[in-house]
Amino acid sequence: MKVAGLEYRGVSSIDGPLVFIDNIRGIAYDELVEITTPTGDVRLGQVLDVTASAAVIQVFGGTVGLSQEKTKARFLGSALKIPVSKDMLGRVFDGLGRPKDGLPEPLTADRRDVNGMPVNPYSREYPRDFIQTGISSIDLMNTLVRGQKLPIFSGNGLPHNRMAAQIARQAKLLSEEVEFSIVFAAMGVKYDVARFFIDSFERSGVLHNVAMFLSLADDPSAERLVTPRSALTLAEYLAFDLGMHVLVIITDMSNYCEALREIATARGEIPSRKGYPGYLYSDLASMYERAGRLRGGAGSITQMPILTMPSDDISHPIPDLTGYITEGQIVLERDMHQRGIYPPVAGLPSLSRLMKDGIGKGRTRDDHPHVASQLFAAYSKVKDIRSLASVIGEEELSPVDKLYLKFGVEFENKVVSQGEFEDRPIQRTLEIGWEVLKILPRSELLRVSEEELAMYYDEAVTIKSKK
Amino acid sequence: MNEGIITRINGPIVEARNMERAGMLEVVEVGTERLIGEVIRVRHGGLATIQVYENTSGLKPGETVYCTGRQLSVKLGPGLLGTIYDGIQRPLDRIAELSGAMIRRGEKTEPLDMNKKWHFVPTVNPGDELKPGVVYGEIQETDSIKLKLIVPPSQKPTLVKTIVPEGDYSGEETLLVAENNDTLGFYQYWPVRKPRPVVARKQLTTPLLTGLRVIDAFFPIAKGGAAAIPGGFGTGKTMTQQALAKWSDADIIVYIGCGERGNEMTEVLREFPELVDPRSGRSLMERTILIANTSNMPVAAREVSIYTGITLAEYYRDMGYHVAIMADSTSRWAEALRELSGRLEEMPADEGFPAYLPTRLASFYERAGFVETMSGTSGSVSVIGAVSPPGGDFSEPVTQHTSRFIRCFWALNRALANARHYPAISWHDSYSEYLIDIAGWWGQQDAEWKAHRDLLMEVLQEEVALQRIAKLIGPDALPDHQRLTLLVADIVKNAFLQQNSFDEIDMYCSPGKQTWMLRLLATFTERSQNLIRRGAMLADINAISALPRLLRMKSEIRNDDKTAMANLEQQISSALDAIESNLR
Ligand SMILES: Nc1ncnc2c1ncn2[C@@H]1O[C@H](COP(=O)(O)OP(=O)(O)OP(=O)(O)O)[C@@H](O)[C@H]1O
Ligand SMILES: [Mg+2]
Repeated sequence: MKVAGLEYRGVSSIDGPLVFIDNIRGIAYDELVEITTPTGDVRLGQVLDVTASAAVIQVFGGTVGLSQEKTKARFLGSALKIPVSKDMLGRVFDGLGRPKDGLPEPLTADRRDVNGMPVNPYSREYPRDFIQTGISSIDLMNTLVRGQKLPIFSGNGLPHNRMAAQIARQAKLLSEEVEFSIVFAAMGVKYDVARFFIDSFERSGVLHNVAMFLSLADDPSAERLVTPRSALTLAEYLAFDLGMHVLVIITDMSNYCEALREIATARGEIPSRKGYPGYLYSDLASMYERAGRLRGGAGSITQMPILTMPSDDISHPIPDLTGYITEGQIVLERDMHQRGIYPPVAGLPSLSRLMKDGIGKGRTRDDHPHVASQLFAAYSKVKDIRSLASVIGEEELSPVDKLYLKFGVEFENKVVSQGEFEDRPIQRTLEIGWEVLKILPRSELLRVSEEELAMYYDEAVTIKSKK
Repeated sequence: MNEGIITRINGPIVEARNMERAGMLEVVEVGTERLIGEVIRVRHGGLATIQVYENTSGLKPGETVYCTGRQLSVKLGPGLLGTIYDGIQRPLDRIAELSGAMIRRGEKTEPLDMNKKWHFVPTVNPGDELKPGVVYGEIQETDSIKLKLIVPPSQKPTLVKTIVPEGDYSGEETLLVAENNDTLGFYQYWPVRKPRPVVARKQLTTPLLTGLRVIDAFFPIAKGGAAAIPGGFGTGKTMTQQALAKWSDADIIVYIGCGERGNEMTEVLREFPELVDPRSGRSLMERTILIANTSNMPVAAREVSIYTGITLAEYYRDMGYHVAIMADSTSRWAEALRELSGRLEEMPADEGFPAYLPTRLASFYERAGFVETMSGTSGSVSVIGAVSPPGGDFSEPVTQHTSRFIRCFWALNRALANARHYPAISWHDSYSEYLIDIAGWWGQQDAEWKAHRDLLMEVLQEEVALQRIAKLIGPDALPDHQRLTLLVADIVKNAFLQQNSFDEIDMYCSPGKQTWMLRLLATFTERSQNLIRRGAMLADINAISALPRLLRMKSEIRNDDKTAMANLEQQISSALDAIESNLR
């Protein structure tokens, strides 16, 4: 692709990922720039700040090898756009949407601004279709719905990739026979991680239905800032223009945020918490909000960003601001992982905010919301009792408290823990939920109704007593 | 018209020269697409700094800035109710018609439909006095709200010359001509950053009833009061505000989604028209105005959205209505200030926030109040702001400064939210200074209301202390009367404090049911304490067969089901009687 544009030779200074150019004219804010290095490499960049005669440019390809005199800059007249087409499924691209699989550019004249445009809240459709992931801890207690943005908060060494791959493999709707198309974006992760996903998609035979945007650990950090946006631009096209259901997996948002911090620092901006720029929230929102459904439209974008919490700290700005934007979070817990529980989904801090409209009567089963609420309440009591037991000793606990401890263990082993290739239907999951609740005395179960108790709790008890 | 020339673009901040005649806070149109902006700094040499309310991508130095000569204002008149606006009062339904599902920038629309005809009923006659505050006509805006047309504060006193007869008129028509030839119609403008004048501020004595028990009984807000809801992510700020927007006994609700999720606005938009106001029996949307500036919309418009919202609230207050305004979240608004301030290269104070953060917060919360209006009626604006502290840590600047300007603090607690105890309003860290002011009102519903809530509060506070000991030695090692406190506290938490917004019955608790529940729980508490003191066993109380019904009364007994209430009361009291008779 050759686009004519104003070309300038020489830059006034270079600082980290930023290049400063003087004596220019007619440059637009946000405009795309093609930087040619002294050795003839071509890299893309973007105007971050512009006055009548000078511009600050962020170079996605990195500034290594640029020199003051011999660098050339050509201004391309518009913001960064990537091609979009259905043929991009089954392909691999770099963060800027250029083929990385040796195949030619997708054949399409349709190019879209990677920044997208804000969706009018008036035009949204509220997401409410239950997605069965086959993972009990999600389906039962942190339900995913179609069009939701639900991140995985993980830590280094935890099995978030295996879990995301399992969700991608198993996710389905109960009512419809539609497959999810997958758009996968990787920023700053190691090649092994990308390979793991490719293999996993290949093995389940969906690779032809996956578009990948890879900006790996050894690619320039500035490219990471565009990668998720490129992926979401394609996802929006597939979902809102073609009416497809798209699952977007983005990993690892922590690397994205670090790249953003690097640029902000190079620009000398006033930092807020931990050196991250004050606009980190808005910046993250400009991506996370690109999920959902449109009124009258058939398609949807379900987003599952993965982030590793620095030192497992959920109050670190990256998970914290993410949690403030997304519709819940699946938190992985190191302690459970050490105890061999897969998937190690933390019982209490995990949450799905769209669950309420996706489950229950006519969607999963009438008792679902109450069972979930009861399990949360009981499990939170388990946590209290465990800490009490660690002080006064287990023997000193009251009989009911002992039952709670038993419940806690069973809950973790039966509800939470399951196989990486085990696809549990929601009915089975609910059965298991009741099974573990039956460990507790009836009088402890206040969050489920009398009728539900009669139907699911007493039923089994009477069967047992008949034997 | 005055024009300037763009010299620099840095995100939403644009600098321009040749702006000698532009005024501070004047609205300008920027560039060939005429993006809307506001002059926020004027400097020597005709330089001006402009904050632009739309995405500035593609804007070039050298393009023109057009001055408009007016300040950023909202258009006031019939047709506001039921509408969803963006931060600068563009109706989002119209924008959707014009630009599709994605918001294209530079889109210009009228805030109100000028072609729509309204049925106007004049309330003055030729020769009558015409001065600020005079009501010159009425319109039934929705079935539940009558809009009063009031002579604006800027009007010079004069007399009515002519006024149109009752009938249907549309937006542009003149309704009234004054002696001095001034004219009045349906609409007026008001600059958003300027509070609308009132005659006097009054004492706050009536509660804003919310239907949420933990608020109404323990941390009440008065009509005209200001409250903050701070809490980490997912602790329930939005749910609480939505519950208030649904069930509080305000006449009008202004709900501002300020830098939050698009889906939350969609949810309100879809749900409210279907919900019925328990008092008027009308759709909730008929009393609601939504302002949506979601997190992915331009940040400068986020800054202005809360002023837009509160100005609309004051407009209805001036007609004698009680308006409640929810801002979710004021932290995002403060962050917008911080971002703009950073781009202006101002000296930062705490955590990068500008030094004028507290002043701006005050200028928002101070617009709450119960007032005597220019038209001689009483109206109120109650303000409820959500605060999203980073890491859920309340010591950060926005929470700290906010707590100086509010008198009601609903602290959301992470542990409660994690245990799915909703609303996760902590009874330990929350407070309300309005309690004494409004206790009188409750006293009229139930003379012992205050005594009952105080008793239960005491139990809850005592429990916090006992839990500390119980954590060390185990609860069973405590004496019976202390274990009773634990039991009662548990009952109060489950039966009263916890309230499920998704439960058909429990989502709204009427004042009548609340006083009854308080009485029942307080009586139960007192009598059990008494019995234990006289030697009854805790196990006896624990074994009362009606206890599960007590715990479920919130969701099993309807607001108006007097028989079920009497029934339960009877069961509890006879169970206690039985224990008592065994003692003798
Ligand atoms: N009163 C309630 N009844 C039932 N569920 C509730 C209640 N309050 C909160 N929840 C649950 O908690 C979830 C999060 O609540 P909410 O969205 O109000 O949090 P928030 O404080 O606004 O978070 P954020 O700051 O991220 O916007 C809800 O989706 C709902 O599942
Ligand atoms: Mg919220």
